[in-house]
Amino acid sequence: MLRGNSACPGCQANLALRHVLRACGADTILILTPGCSAACQGIYPDTCINVPVLNTAFAAGASTAIGVAASTDSNVVVYAGDGATADIGLASLSFALEYNTDFLYICYDNEAYGNTGAQRSGTTPYGARTTTTPGGKRQHKKDIDSIVCAHQIPYMATAAAAYPDDLYRKVKKALSYKGSKFIHVLTPCPTLWGFPQEKSAYIGKLAIKTGAWVLYEKDSGKISISLWSKNILDKYLPLEDYLKAQSRFSGISDKDILELKRNMNESVKRLVQE
Amino acid sequence: MKLIATGNEAVAYAVLDASPDFIAAYPITPQTTIVEALAKFKESGKLKATYIPVESEHSALSACIGAGSMGKRTFTATSSQGLLYMAEMLHWASNARLPIVMANVNRALAPGWNLWADLSDSLSQRDAGWLQLYVSTVQEAYDTILMAYRISEDPNVLLPVMVNLEGFVLSHSAQPLETLEGCYLEPLDLPHRLDTGTPHTLGNVASPNDYFKLRRDAENAARKSAKVTRKAEKELFELTGRAYRPVMEYRCDDADVIIAAMGVFAREAEAACDILRDKGVKVGVARVRQFRPFPEFDFDGRLIVIDRDYSYGCGGILAQEIRARTGKPVYSVIAGLGGQDMTYKDFVKIVIESREEGERWWGID
Repeated sequence: MLRGNSACPGCQANLALRHVLRACGADTILILTPGCSAACQGIYPDTCINVPVLNTAFAAGASTAIGVAASTDSNVVVYAGDGATADIGLASLSFALEYNTDFLYICYDNEAYGNTGAQRSGTTPYGARTTTTPGGKRQHKKDIDSIVCAHQIPYMATAAAAYPDDLYRKVKKALSYKGSKFIHVLTPCPTLWGFPQEKSAYIGKLAIKTGAWVLYEKDSGKISISLWSKNILDKYLPLEDYLKAQSRFSGISDKDILELKRNMNESVKRLVQE
Repeated sequence: MKLIATGNEAVAYAVLDASPDFIAAYPITPQTTIVEALAKFKESGKLKATYIPVESEHSALSACIGAGSMGKRTFTATSSQGLLYMAEMLHWASNARLPIVMANVNRALAPGWNLWADLSDSLSQRDAGWLQLYVSTVQEAYDTILMAYRISEDPNVLLPVMVNLEGFVLSHSAQPLETLEGCYLEPLDLPHRLDTGTPHTLGNVASPNDYFKLRRDAENAARKSAKVTRKAEKELFELTGRAYRPVMEYRCDDADVIIAAMGVFAREAEAACDILRDKGVKVGVARVRQFRPFPEFDFDGRLIVIDRDYSYGCGGILAQEIRARTGKPVYSVIAGLGGQDMTYKDFVKIVIESREEGERWWGID
């Protein structure tokens, strides 16, 4: 990734992309769906990305990759947001994974439709306010990782832009496998989530430290919790620290916090048991 | 090779002989036998292409766009609801200047569910930037798929081509077919294909000025495609002796009345034409084969246009095009929607009961 792009200050989606591309190297074809990462690549004829980039339609990230992957031995990488992955593009992603297409699909998750200005997506967490859930979302975050894992692909991992070394290692590892690989990256967004730009990395780390996001990988069917999450499994910081730092959770009721915690604990328990 | 084949089989044989690199498709009646035939060719080793049976038509065309952007020759096929499910990617393919070839087996749109011939599916996509050709025989389906590659891959064109054949009446009707031996097409050389050696970006954000220029380029290419299509017709004629024109004329030279139609309908009208000629009515048939870009349409006689399609509030779509092209009054007949059976007897009656100008929904009005 070259210097200069039109991302907002403190954007973790572009930060994550920089580390993804660093891990992928020059022999890579990148596929972008509409969203922040597509908007940030630059205006024709300029670009901030120094590998071939194919822009495609919102629902078509994975299906476009099927055609690209069939036509090259280079790394084929889709970099798509949570809306493009867990909502509109889910059917095409499901087929691409079921077919075990030889590609790496990276979902950068800012937990809302970011480029259209913060509307709810399937991965918006319970209680979070968006412009289409002004009173807070009443449904839990869609468990896209379990959906992905149900396709029995060789490699799946979660990552966070705030832990670039972990992300870098996972991308490298993913690319060492043939077949479908999926990495789900948490990319906090100052604009959508409502925190100061300079706190971007802090919020990203807080997500892991409070257990709101767990770093793990599922390698050939076997789950292992990644170092940064593993070390703190039984000593999470209070979730309230994470919620209070973001205006999207302002006004969340104690009851809703309890519900959010209950759901989070269940997810972590399930992961640890597996 | 000489054989008896259906319209869909002819399409599959043509795809085999075009030797594409990549095929993605999804089944839908009455297109299904195309993708089944291609799967068999693949299984037997005859077809070298990567063949991916995806989960939807949207994905089928998206996958072709992915492979096409890598400079690969691609094919897909669909029909009706499937074509409309692709609609977003139809525009994408043409705006991305990708020479994708697709067979669309014309079928009515729901509701109510109807599997039979009706051109409203492809004609509703007439502004999607695809060049559209309509065929009327099994042999023509075969020839036109091959010509479609020739046209779309020409460096002056680089636009996708949709070859349309009517469901069942042509897709499932068997007629004699003569295939070519081997591929006469030259390898595809896409100037903007993605290449890790010289990285560039396709389809990123474009300012209004650049966007406008890109659209103008595509428009110019669509206009130029007519000349390239004439070249492809000439080339095929020299190879096979089979002649195709944008408008196929039947006994039009001295005609007082011209029946304009597309596909199998127009061939049925030819039978009516012979009967009417025997009765002393000088009728000719102008079969519009090339719908986009719309060709010259210059006839002296009175015009009767028969549409197996509609645009609510605006009538028959071919009639609109011919009115716009000629500026002449048109007697517009909408007939055969949803596969309503139309025989040469109906066409005779249409001519006898026709007026100078007007519109009639056949069998209802």
